[in-house]
Amino acid sequence: MTRLLIVFAQEMRLATRNLWVLGATGLLALFALALGFLGASQGAQYDVDVLSLTAASLSTLSVYLIPLIALLMSYDALAGEVERGTLALTLATPIRRSELFLGKFLSQTVAVGVAIGFGFGIAGLAVGLVYGAGADGILAWLRLMGASVALGAVFVGLGLMLSAFAGRISTAAVFAIGLWLVLVVLYDLALLGGVIAAGDSVFTRQVFPWLVLANPADAFRIFNLAALDAAPVSGIDGLARTLPFPPAITLAVMLGWGLGALGLGIWRINRIVP
Amino acid sequence: MTDQPILQIRDLSVDFATFRALSGVSLDVAPAERIALLGHNGAGKSTLFRAVLGFLKPASGEVTVCGARPGSHRARVALNYLPESIAFPRALTGQEVLRYFVGLRRAPRSEVMSLLERVGLAEAAGRAVGTYSKGMRQRLGLAQALVGAPRLLLLDEPTSGLDPISRRDFYDIIAAAAGRGCSVLLSSHGLEEVETRVDRVAILSRGMLQADGTLEALARNAALPVRIRATAQAGQVEALHSRFGGTRVNGASIELLCQADEKLDLMGRLMNCGPLIRDIDVQVPSLNSLYRHYSDLAEQEAQP
Repeated sequence: MTRLLIVFAQEMRLATRNLWVLGATGLLALFALALGFLGASQGAQYDVDVLSLTAASLSTLSVYLIPLIALLMSYDALAGEVERGTLALTLATPIRRSELFLGKFLSQTVAVGVAIGFGFGIAGLAVGLVYGAGADGILAWLRLMGASVALGAVFVGLGLMLSAFAGRISTAAVFAIGLWLVLVVLYDLALLGGVIAAGDSVFTRQVFPWLVLANPADAFRIFNLAALDAAPVSGIDGLARTLPFPPAITLAVMLGWGLGALGLGIWRINRIVP
Repeated sequence: MTDQPILQIRDLSVDFATFRALSGVSLDVAPAERIALLGHNGAGKSTLFRAVLGFLKPASGEVTVCGARPGSHRARVALNYLPESIAFPRALTGQEVLRYFVGLRRAPRSEVMSLLERVGLAEAAGRAVGTYSKGMRQRLGLAQALVGAPRLLLLDEPTSGLDPISRRDFYDIIAAAAGRGCSVLLSSHGLEEVETRVDRVAILSRGMLQADGTLEALARNAALPVRIRATAQAGQVEALHSRFGGTRVNGASIELLCQADEKLDLMGRLMNCGPLIRDIDVQVPSLNSLYRHYSDLAEQEAQP
């Protein structure tokens, strides 16, 4: 256990020293503030406070941003150590390989979490102070922050798992960008195309909802938007609102992806030849 | 128990996808013994280390580290490793890098500074590794390898790229570790540099062990001649030459070749003709020529 903490501490030190946390915090705060203040004028059209409205639009943006930040942070973690020779050194010590993997996972998840906490926290505070905030708005904002950390954790796990499989930094980078494109961009496009082509059919009513749910990024969106009845949504999110299952199941989907990534990653790191 | 080898390699073969990197290698390392593993690039030195670390699985044969399987917890506690090329995180300080390995090996925290002092990095302890010179990074690597008083040190070409002074300091530190009972297996292709620094030499060529023994034993087996140069007193070189034969060199000396076991006898006879001789110079075969001898053996065996 203590060796896991030593890896954790070293990785945290690297993440803060490399200004990763600071950069990610700034980026997230900037986007959240922009959405909050630029979108605030629309608030009057709907019967919701600005904070809820911003939470809705920010959850749509977070689906793109947070996986990207998490993958950029994690893709190099094992492949880079293989290339630089430090993995051989670490694995020559009596550490368990699963401890190394989990230590890296925890520290990078905390790093993403700290960036989300400060970035969204600062923005939420600013929007709330300027436009006022009700209990619903605050709750929506907190839900968004919590779910964002969960989404970040899932993609840190996926990034580390891919890094363990890649063996080289360049391959790991290709894997990470590929995964982001597939899960965050192409998946939704393909599903929307499918729904449009199928029209009102068995696919649209029976298969499509489960396919949406199966993607961790979409699960994150559904979780956030299901609670925001009044906020305007469009595209796949609008369809998502009519899904035939309780929103809490989306958390189980994210948990499943996270555990799957960790399991596969640990399986793989035990087979790495440094 | 005390005589049990720290490292025992029995008939080890390691295969990569398309070729056999090591074949039938046997080597023992006794407690506090220092062994140099010599070989060309690609001879299998790093492969041998990675098999001892448990990273590579043998195709056949067996390796034990302090009686334990390579890669097992006990084996990893017993041995420390310095890879050939290593790039520590540039943003961290030397102290932070070392604290990490002290933590992973559960050594006392006080070792961080004492090891940095031992390798001469105390001054630079708080500076980022990115500002270190190549020699300093290599010394940090050595400090890392000394964490936790290991029973066996595996050093893969530890002095490549170091200047002669750093190299000497490096070997002094290794000798001190051996003095505390630590066994050392280091690889090198700097041949002369290990000559006085190790107890035994093993020569690896084309994945096979060509020689293993003390320098004297290797020299005896190779039967490379000892070269004795006797310088005559003024005007006596003709007399000397007619008595001992050999080759005339630059007008005042003769050069004699003899086997190692004839050396003392020949030198005795030279001494006995005192008035003829001004100086005697003995050149035993250098490690370089020995090394070439054993490597060439492998080349000859490889010919059909």
